[in-house]
Amino acid sequence: MTASTERRLMEGSEAIAEAAIAAGCRFFSGYPMTPFTELLEHFARRLPDEGGACINAESELEAIGQAWGAAATGARAATGSTGQGLSLMQESMSEITRAEIPIVVFNMARGQGDYYQATRGGGHGDYRHIVLAPESVGEAVRITQEAFHLADRWRHPVLIYGDYLIAHTAEAVSIEPIDFATKDPLPPKDWAVDGRLGGTGRSRNVNPIGMEKGSKGIDPNRFWQALSDKEDRIAAAEQRWEAIGTEDAELLIVAFGTLARFARAAIRDLRAEGLRVGLFRPISLWPFPSEALVRAAAGCRRVACLEQNAGQMIDDVRLALLGSVPVVPIGGISTDPAGFGIGALLDAERIAGRARDAYHGREVPRGVVA
Amino acid sequence: MSGDRDAEGVGAGDPLRVVPTDAPPSGACRRKGSFTPSLTLMGEHDLCPGCGEPLALRQILDSIEALGQAQRAIGVVGIGCYTALTSLMDVDLIQALHGRAPSVATGAKRMRPECLLFTLQGDGDMVNEGLQEVIHTAARGENVTCILLNNGVFGETGGHMTATTVLGQRTKNSIEGRDARLHGHPILIGDLLARLDGTAYVARASVHDAAGVARTRRFLDRAFTSQLKGQGFSFVEILTMCPTGWFIPTAEGPGYLDRELGAVHEVGELKKDGVLVGG
Ligand SMILES: Cc1ncc(C[n+]2csc(CCOP(=O)(O)OP(=O)(O)O)c2C)c(N)n1
Ligand code: SF4
Ligand SMILES: [Mg+2]
Repeated sequence: MTASTERRLMEGSEAIAEAAIAAGCRFFSGYPMTPFTELLEHFARRLPDEGGACINAESELEAIGQAWGAAATGARAATGSTGQGLSLMQESMSEITRAEIPIVVFNMARGQGDYYQATRGGGHGDYRHIVLAPESVGEAVRITQEAFHLADRWRHPVLIYGDYLIAHTAEAVSIEPIDFATKDPLPPKDWAVDGRLGGTGRSRNVNPIGMEKGSKGIDPNRFWQALSDKEDRIAAAEQRWEAIGTEDAELLIVAFGTLARFARAAIRDLRAEGLRVGLFRPISLWPFPSEALVRAAAGCRRVACLEQNAGQMIDDVRLALLGSVPVVPIGGISTDPAGFGIGALLDAERIAGRARDAYHGREVPRGVVA
Repeated sequence: MSGDRDAEGVGAGDPLRVVPTDAPPSGACRRKGSFTPSLTLMGEHDLCPGCGEPLALRQILDSIEALGQAQRAIGVVGIGCYTALTSLMDVDLIQALHGRAPSVATGAKRMRPECLLFTLQGDGDMVNEGLQEVIHTAARGENVTCILLNNGVFGETGGHMTATTVLGQRTKNSIEGRDARLHGHPILIGDLLARLDGTAYVARASVHDAAGVARTRRFLDRAFTSQLKGQGFSFVEILTMCPTGWFIPTAEGPGYLDRELGAVHEVGELKKDGVLVGG
């Protein structure tokens, strides 16, 4: 089977793997974990046909190490896991960012409890990396391809925040390679190692510790400060969001990922009742689209933060709004008994009920949403 | 120290010979060669006087050059004292995390099979922090060469016990000497790896004297050649002096290495062409 541009019903994991391959990804490594496992399965089945390699790594530590090595040679490479496995990868995530190696990492998360891990620079040291959160399989197909482009564009890791529903829902999609590079040409990968400069005095050292060939010690300006400056440029250039019905909204719901899809349905019902409710959906979780949120929330009486966790994104929402609008949490911890993040909160009617409470200034129930 | 596992012994074909100095110089001693190290960018390094790691590094670089691989080699370096040597190595490098060089080398080799991939790791790096990855890389038969600089201590942190520290060896956290009841037994990593089906070539060398340095070079040549033939995983363990981490005078380093570490981690070839030596 080869990548098909015709529209067909595809499970999210398969669609994402196909999109990655369409974007030129030729290396993948991973270690099974629900709901990430099927992504690994699809890469394992497909990459050899494409002249690539997929390794069933001995752990997530090695999975990201292998992807690191592949990416350091200039290949488009990816790895991934579920939040727990991502925790094991954090030491490498931090160092890969510092070594400026483009790599794409998937977190097929169990719910939205990994927001902090994804957006704060989950490992040691001073860094952030790009985080993109699709709300549907169709959007995941586009975002996956864009992630490889952005990784190369900035020489920076890009994390895709998915979940059980993105991984396991079948939707009608077509995998068409998207050309990002014509509009936004990529810099040459002359930093990547291929061995050819050995013995010329210009050999490379792709490293996260500020080592430079032929000199000793680390220059803090050329190293840490340069990375920080680059992150500022990324933060300015790569904010992505969607805003719906914000012109006249009195209540603005902020939600990301698949949960935003349920919020969208809830808002349709609330609008039909005559309630002026809008949706703001951050697509890039880092950089967080703060200014866009301020614009969207202008004129609102209240902002309702809907997330499937004990309250993490709400920090970014409050930081963006700086007290200009009251922010109330309307989500909460919500999961199935196995802990895969399929909870009662994933329900348009329940979300509409909570939004109604927030709209009318009533207290929104806290605690587990069951 | 037993050298009998090195079937060809020391002497014939050695690039460097031991010349007797109790008589006037003979022809061999006057022979002039180039002593400029291959593939180096600087003539100095920051490691301690008497450290064995620069000696081992020189053999690695010379071997790469002699095999005509200078424009095809990619080194993946772990974290230890040898990390400081990367600024003078004139080959393409990827700096890995502590313990994680074999997985990084694996990914690089899969994407660039035409390149000669080697890792440079210490005993703390490879046998403590990253043991599972070197074992799995070997078991998978990855066509890369892992090189271990084994001095029986975490040199960089100041002389602490590692998984290869021999019984009785004094370190900062085995002050009275490593005691099996308290600290467990040393891991003989070369012996462990040789028994895995994915390994093609496994050898242990030592740089405590000139003959040992010559043997180190020979084993490295064979390991790299094995990789170039696509035989699978190859491994060279090099015992190196660390007088600082052992808290002994510099001049006593080579003798201590040979006597103490060499007695446990025996020098010689353990596996060639995928077949255990003497097994
Ligand atoms: C995850 C992690 N833990 C600990 C360290 C600290 N550390 C740096 S070097 C080193 C020991 C290196 O020992 P070895 O690999 O034997 O090299 P040597 O210094 O002896 O050459 C340690 C523990 C680290 N860099 N990373
Ligand atoms: S501490 Fe030991 S290993 Fe490190 S440079 Fe000094 S002698 Fe070499
Ligand atoms: Mg050591």
